[in-house]
Formats: sequence, structure tokens, C-alpha cells
Amino acid sequence: MTLQQCPEYLAMVPEVASTGPVSAWGLFRLRRHLELGLPLTPRPYEALAEKTGLSEQEVIIAIRQWQAHGLIKRFGLVVRHRALGYTANAMVVWDVPEDQVQALGQALARTSYVTLCYQRPRRLPDWPYNLFCMIHGVDRQRVLRQLKALIEDHGLEQIPHAVLFSTKAYRQRGGRYVSHD
Amino acid sequence: MRLDTTDKQLINLFQRDLPVCDRPYEAIARQLGIAEEEVIERLQSLQDSQVLSRVGPVFEHSRAGASLLAAVAVPDEQLDLVAATVNRAPGVNHNYAREHTYNLWFVMTAPDEDTLEERLDELERQLRLPMLRLPMVEAYHIDLGFDIDWESLS
Repeated sequence: MTLQQCPEYLAMVPEVASTGPVSAWGLFRLRRHLELGLPLTPRPYEALAEKTGLSEQEVIIAIRQWQAHGLIKRFGLVVRHRALGYTANAMVVWDVPEDQVQALGQALARTSYVTLCYQRPRRLPDWPYNLFCMIHGVDRQRVLRQLKALIEDHGLEQIPHAVLFSTKAYRQRGGRYVSHD
Repeated sequence: MRLDTTDKQLINLFQRDLPVCDRPYEAIARQLGIAEEEVIERLQSLQDSQVLSRVGPVFEHSRAGASLLAAVAVPDEQLDLVAATVNRAPGVNHNYAREHTYNLWFVMTAPDEDTLEERLDELERQLRLPMLRLPMVEAYHIDLGFDIDWESLS
């Protein structure tokens, strides 16, 4: 990936990017380092500054701007739910008529125990489902009870669905869009 | 790992809005009434024990680069082997076994759409298994920073 391919997040930080090519590359490096997590040292932003060639204040400004512009949507402790004991994680998929999928997606998204909800394309004939939601639970029976409640509350008895519990996590980590594996 | 009340408080309060200032861990420490050093030690140990994947940002996927959810149908006895091959492919950040004919589900990320497609094509050639490619059409809700239900975990 080159700098020219990612002008969006540079434009979000005009104070830093405008000071020249060194800073622009600094922002690029900052993003790459941030994907791997914040250093656990008393001055983590200074540590990031050293790695990126920015100043500590520039690092802080850049992160705040990226938060304000929504490139960073959450900044904090990223929990591995499975390690905490959330071992019954069900991906529930639905085959919803096209004209109902948006309204239903929005409704399911408002349910407290639905942690993810999105629309994806069908792949017929193998995959007829176009709406996905995730329930992160502590035990399977409870998740199934929540699903039953979901079906009753939203009148989904006629909507075909499948429940895909996860049985093993081979990998779970943050997206590394620009950093290397 | 057994979490004590302070660990739980740390998680409850700082899944979002970690202070962005010169000494963020000191700001957290003040709020919890403990020393900065203790905050750092606790975060380190939560990270070492895999309770935390990291401390830091979650990027908005639609603006951070390209990503795609894919699934393959793997004969059961080959599942671990195929999962390992998937993990070796560049950009894979989630990879789970699930109960279905399509039993291996993973997310691949890349800096841009073209790279992503090349990576998926290459992986599909390696696996020689039919692959479902399921890009996001619309997200209604994605937030894994939900409040932890400590009671049902205990």
C-alpha cells in the first residue's frame, strides 16, 4: 500500500499532514503501529512517536482526529470474549424477503443480546441467507432461549433461519489492514 | 485467569474512551484509586493471559481498508489442517469452526479491494474447496464493546 492510496486518513489530520512528507509517512506508520495495540508503558504516545517520527503531541492529535472522524470507532480495552467465558457464540442467519431485510436488520440490532447484525448477499443455491446476527452467550441453552424470544418478539416464525454455533476459534484478533502479518 | 474486582472495573470502564493524553494509564489509575504502575501491570497480565486482545483502537472496517467474510465447506477430518492453511494466508484476522456444512468461517482484510480479491483467489486455489464470499451489504450494528455480564460468567 502506498501513501497515495490512503489520502482519507491523512486529510483527517491536516495539522500534522500539512507539515510535509515526513509527517505524512509518520501518520501512515502510526496507523500501522496502532493496529497492533498501544504500548503498555507510562507514556505510550511518546513511544509511538519514537517509532513513527512524529512528536508525542502529533500522535495525540492524530488519534483524537481519527476518533472524531470515525476512522477509529472505539478506543480502549479490546476483550477476547471467549477467554472470559463467552463460549456459546451463535451466528444466526435468516433468509428474509428483500423488501423486509432493512427494517428487520434495524429491529434486531436494537435487541440487547444481539452483538452484531448485518446484511450480506445470498449465494444461491448454496447459501440462501441474507441477514446475519450474532449472539455472544455464556451457555448454549440460554442462547437458544434468547433466539426463541427473538423469533417470537419479531414474528419470525415463517422466516427460514440457521444457527451456526462456533466450536473453535483458530484466530481472533484485530484487523491489520495496513500492517504486515 | 481469575479476575478480581479491579480487573473487572478496568474492563467495565475502559472498553471505549481510553484517555488520549500524555499519561493515559495515570488518568485511569486516578479514576480507579490505584497506582499508574498497577494499571500497567494489570493490563499486561490481562493481555498475557489472552483476556485482552490488545489495548487500542478498533478501526471502522468500511473506512479502514477492505475486508470480507468467507466460508468453506471442509470434510470434518481435514478441518484443523485447512484452518491452519487459512491462518497462513495474509490478512486473516478471524477464523472459526462453526456447526454447518460450511464449517470454517474467516475474515480476510487487505489494504484495498484488488489485493483482497487476489489473496482470496490464491487461497481458493490452494484449498481447492468451494468458497462463499460474503461482502458486507449493510451493517445495522457492530459493537463488541458490550457490557460484560460478570454474574452469568461466574
